[in-house]
Amino acid sequence: MDKFESQSAVTGLGMSDIGRRLMRDPMALTIDACLDAIDDAGLARDDIDGVCTYPGMISGAPGISGAGAFDVMDALRLNVNWYNSGLEQAGQLGSVVAAMMAVATGLCRHVLCFRTVWEATYTQLQRTGQVRYGGGGGRLSGGMEWRIPYGAASAANWIALYASRYMHEFGLTREQLGQIPLNNRRNAALTPYAVYKEPLTLEDYLNARIVSTPFGLYDCDVPCDASVAFIISHVDTAKDCRRGRGVGFEAVGTANSERVSWDQGDIRYEPGLVEACKMMWSRTDLTHSDIDMVQLYDGFSFNALCWLERLGFCGEGEAGAFLEGGKRIARDGELPLNTNGGQLSAGRLHGYGFLHESCVQILGEAGERQVPGNPQTSIATSGGGVPGSALLLKAL
Amino acid sequence: MSKTFKRPLPQLTDSNRFFWTSGEDGKLRFLRCDDCSNLIHPPAPVCDKCLSREQSVSEVSGRATLAAVTVNHQMWMPMIEPPYVIALVEIEEQPGVRLTTNIVECDEDDLAIGMPLEVTFEHYEDVYLPVFRPREGAVNASGR
Repeated sequence: MDKFESQSAVTGLGMSDIGRRLMRDPMALTIDACLDAIDDAGLARDDIDGVCTYPGMISGAPGISGAGAFDVMDALRLNVNWYNSGLEQAGQLGSVVAAMMAVATGLCRHVLCFRTVWEATYTQLQRTGQVRYGGGGGRLSGGMEWRIPYGAASAANWIALYASRYMHEFGLTREQLGQIPLNNRRNAALTPYAVYKEPLTLEDYLNARIVSTPFGLYDCDVPCDASVAFIISHVDTAKDCRRGRGVGFEAVGTANSERVSWDQGDIRYEPGLVEACKMMWSRTDLTHSDIDMVQLYDGFSFNALCWLERLGFCGEGEAGAFLEGGKRIARDGELPLNTNGGQLSAGRLHGYGFLHESCVQILGEAGERQVPGNPQTSIATSGGGVPGSALLLKAL
Repeated sequence: MSKTFKRPLPQLTDSNRFFWTSGEDGKLRFLRCDDCSNLIHPPAPVCDKCLSREQSVSEVSGRATLAAVTVNHQMWMPMIEPPYVIALVEIEEQPGVRLTTNIVECDEDDLAIGMPLEVTFEHYEDVYLPVFRPREGAVNASGR
């Protein structure tokens, strides 16, 4: 099948230092990751003819965006045919899909994609009074007015509401849900850049302080400072890149038909996943048994559970049983999940980490945490409450 | 329930003022489509069911049921002290219409999805925040 996905490949991977309160300029992290990705692809700055990022420069929550497309274009003096950024995309990895389209349409040969967060440092600057508390006491607008006045100030609250409803409908237990953070922590122990690597027991998980019922501390991901970058190249150029190959795209799912809302849709699940999953499967002949691993958005443990079901790895309401004991999702299990530790333990790379880990694993470059059996495929998802996307990656 | 000092409040606009000030007379109101009676929430200039542009502000009963609930233990904002109860409630007239809100006047142990609720309002400056409490005289899903 001649589809746009087959026109591009990931040829370069870049990553800055990752950590809590690095107290570094987020632009410096961004440049570290971008130059790393260009170098990893065996390209030079002048080869880059496109730039795409999520979400770009935004006001209101600076910690979630450390650099915009313009910043990078100017800092590296890029000579580009096309550039783009935005918050309103199919998940954070929607920015990679945009880059794929720019390549498939012939606008670009090599698009630099990046995602920078500096939430840990930004929070520290707020606490120490070096930046003002966001908003400055002004009134709420832009959708926040429906939740913030009630102290429903965090996605921890909004997603916890869905989790409470799911538990009520399907009888999921915290012991079952906890298999996701426990699995991710085991995987993070082997990931050099992971923020949290110390062993975590079920008892630790259950006894941790409660953030917003049913979520305890370990159901919530780790805000950090990080930048991750990719080079999305035309597939014909992959042989000329450093590895002589890239990681291919088999299918993308970016569809949505649900309310773009935190409270008006199907409140048993994280919203905005159903149609993206259906679309991804509709664009491939591969089936569930062909998938060697999944890297599923885990801003909260429950997000990853939703993706497991919406992707059809288990039936509606069956994720608890699927997760029971954690063997299926282990690195050597039938469906390895979040093999770098995910956002729950490696850190909130905010979507880009799932594609990065998919590529590292498919390239066989994951070192100690390499999934056994020469994996050929991976699904990387992103979203987290906003409409999501699913990318099916394959070895070329 | 939390000891509340102050809240971050909505910016009132021509499209949302009716909602946030509705509680002045103790009533909850939504936009209702004049053509198909669909309640439109959040306020929008078009009905998401039939695309009619004709709409009116319409009073509802204030009765609702508890659809999802979380007890928040984390301090997110200094003016709202945890723990407090955040909920999604479904409006009796159209259960697909929900509000994110607080449950007040209810022990945490008595919270149960499906329990009947009724609106009450908390007044701050020019805003009447609709919050919900167990419905007087109703038997809830936990048999309370």
